[in-house]
Amino acid sequence: MSATAIPNSRRPRGPVPNALTSAQLPRFVELYTLLAALAVSAAVLAMIGFNIVGWLVLTAVIYLVGLGILSSVVENRRKATDRVIRGVVTIAFLLALIPLVSTLVTVIAGGAPALTWDFITKTGGSVFNPQTLKVTVVQGAWQAIVGTLIVTGIAAVISIPIGILAAIYLVEYAQPTQWMARTVTFLVDVMTGIPSIVAGLFAFSLFTLIVGPKAFSGFSASVALSVLMIPIVIRSTEEMLKLVSNDLREASFALGVTKFSTIVRIVLPTAIAGIITGVMLAISRVIGETAPIFIAASFTDNFNANPFSGAMQTLPVMAYSGYKFPSQDIAASYQSAWGAALLLVILVVILNLIARIVARVFAPKGLR
Amino acid sequence: MKSLQDDRVGTGSSQRPGSPNKGAGTARVKARPADRIFRFLSTGSAGLIMVILAGVALFLIIKAGPAIVANWSTTTDLSGGTTHGFSSFWAYVGPLIWGTLFSALIALVLGAPVAIGIALFISHYAPRRLAGVLGYLVDLLAAVPSVVFGLWGIFVIRPFLIPFQDWLNQYLGWIPLFSGPVSRTGSTMLAGGVVLAVMILPIITSISREIFLQTPRLHEEAALALGSTKWEMVKLAVFPYARSGIVSATLLGLGRALGETMAIALIMSPSLVFSVQMITDTRNSQTIAANIALNFPESNDLQRDGLIATGLALFVISFGVNFIARLVIARTGGPRRAKKSARLTPASDATSLLTADAAESPVSIRSEQAARDAEAGDERTELAAEQNEDR
Repeated sequence: MSATAIPNSRRPRGPVPNALTSAQLPRFVELYTLLAALAVSAAVLAMIGFNIVGWLVLTAVIYLVGLGILSSVVENRRKATDRVIRGVVTIAFLLALIPLVSTLVTVIAGGAPALTWDFITKTGGSVFNPQTLKVTVVQGAWQAIVGTLIVTGIAAVISIPIGILAAIYLVEYAQPTQWMARTVTFLVDVMTGIPSIVAGLFAFSLFTLIVGPKAFSGFSASVALSVLMIPIVIRSTEEMLKLVSNDLREASFALGVTKFSTIVRIVLPTAIAGIITGVMLAISRVIGETAPIFIAASFTDNFNANPFSGAMQTLPVMAYSGYKFPSQDIAASYQSAWGAALLLVILVVILNLIARIVARVFAPKGLR
Repeated sequence: MKSLQDDRVGTGSSQRPGSPNKGAGTARVKARPADRIFRFLSTGSAGLIMVILAGVALFLIIKAGPAIVANWSTTTDLSGGTTHGFSSFWAYVGPLIWGTLFSALIALVLGAPVAIGIALFISHYAPRRLAGVLGYLVDLLAAVPSVVFGLWGIFVIRPFLIPFQDWLNQYLGWIPLFSGPVSRTGSTMLAGGVVLAVMILPIITSISREIFLQTPRLHEEAALALGSTKWEMVKLAVFPYARSGIVSATLLGLGRALGETMAIALIMSPSLVFSVQMITDTRNSQTIAANIALNFPESNDLQRDGLIATGLALFVISFGVNFIARLVIARTGGPRRAKKSARLTPASDATSLLTADAAESPVSIRSEQAARDAEAGDERTELAAEQNEDR
């Protein structure tokens, strides 16, 4: 078989043998090869010492090599390459699922023991008992939950109007060739790439210069998050507004409706589902930012619900500081770090779910 | 009916400011101030973007200034603690910049090929019905907060990599990258790089996937019709079309990796040196972002200014990387311009496209396709036509 294949690949212009009659591997050959590879690698590892990672890696290698050889012997080299690449690409995808599953399992396993009703509703921290001279650590994330909601809430209040209005400017008002439109589009791209810690440093510098030294506050963190959130909101809103059919706008103008009414009554309601989804995803993106909040709001164990003065604790920073700057009871600190991480993941999942639901509920009939 | 007509005339003439036809319609009188305010607000918001970005640069420069110009060996605030032993700001930031670039490079080398493979799998190999769900799964990776990845890196990746690092050192130790002494805790550059690679996967994947999906269907079908296998089709039609997109996606991934803080700050045990060693405890080049996060709480004011100055350096570097990425997109008519042309044709419905083609004469199809591609900044159809004639 291979004897016919090799001259073929050398002479692509020559007579092509009938594909229906030339040799082909059976339909489920990939499945068979996979099962064989699993069995062989298990057998090999059983002799040396079995571990699951080695088993999977060896299986992947044996599968690719085996399928390649099989296909090049029975079929031809081109088909062999095709099959091997298909295998490689599939393995790449499976490889990406490993960190996803592993992260979630680790966070749930680490955080579940910490996640009690007391943990959510109590303010945590170290308590020094002067009688026994002992420091006991109270586990609690209430101050961090409140802080996260306040900081992210203010950031959303700042970013959403600015982001949506700027997107409206870009899509509805600006001519694409205008210098301002081009500059803003470019700057939004640049802002998307600002490292999150730089946003934190910006907020810190701004408030240190205006308010004075030690200007850690929740509001400062909100400003930092806004710098990160505005471009995300603009990008997603812009995409959604562009999807609104121009016919709708023209129909509205033809009826004599002003531009303002057209935008507010026609364009925004049509795109509202996508816009809200984008906003929710933007919030879920910034809610997990650690570095900027850490720089701008610092961290504390005290309960502080005033965003304008004093350090403020948030969930991501609690997870970070609990591990990196643990209190005397290291195990307890680690556990509350995991608890904070799990709470954060739950918040992000909730926001993502809301985004999905909103997209369904608000979608205008007939468009989606 | 009469009043409606009046309104139309009124608003129609209101398009021209300062027209003599004042007060002709009732709608105009109500709508115009709102119109103007709204226009002002949205333009102002767009202008605010420029102000914010200028503000970021300005405030960082103002704050960083004192530390950059100071003489670090004689200034008492700077000669102790974490900034001890550096003659100037540049001596301090040099190793940090190296560490930032090096860690991002490791992440890119590990992550980008996998990410492009995933994008290809989702766009061209996965079953159609599953593709959306699988894409969503990869996007979920982007939703995981970075600090969670950091903690995951500490407790899962670090111990997982220790035997692998031993193996690397044993057999490839003669390469400077893998020279010892091997870390026993696993807090190495390699572990940080692996976690960074996971974090940049979703961004590279989602951009490449979008671009792979925008490959003109006719190019793909032409390749398949010539008898190419799926991989040859991808090589012939998809990759040439998506090349610039892949480059810019990779650069955006690099930008993300440069600015990522938590993975490195939590996992790696750092030192301020120029080093290419990846698997040691003591010679891991620290990155700018992680250095700021670690030292910021315990620094004095001038040291904080120094850290802000390193942040400014990071800002400049990532600005440069993003700038180049956008330039690549802009020059080659990347995804956004291509998207417009893609919307002209119902890309998901191959049969209607084919029958529509069959109804027209072949010449008009080709010229139309060429015009459409030229609009998308893509001259390949014309080039392909020329090449065909050559043959």
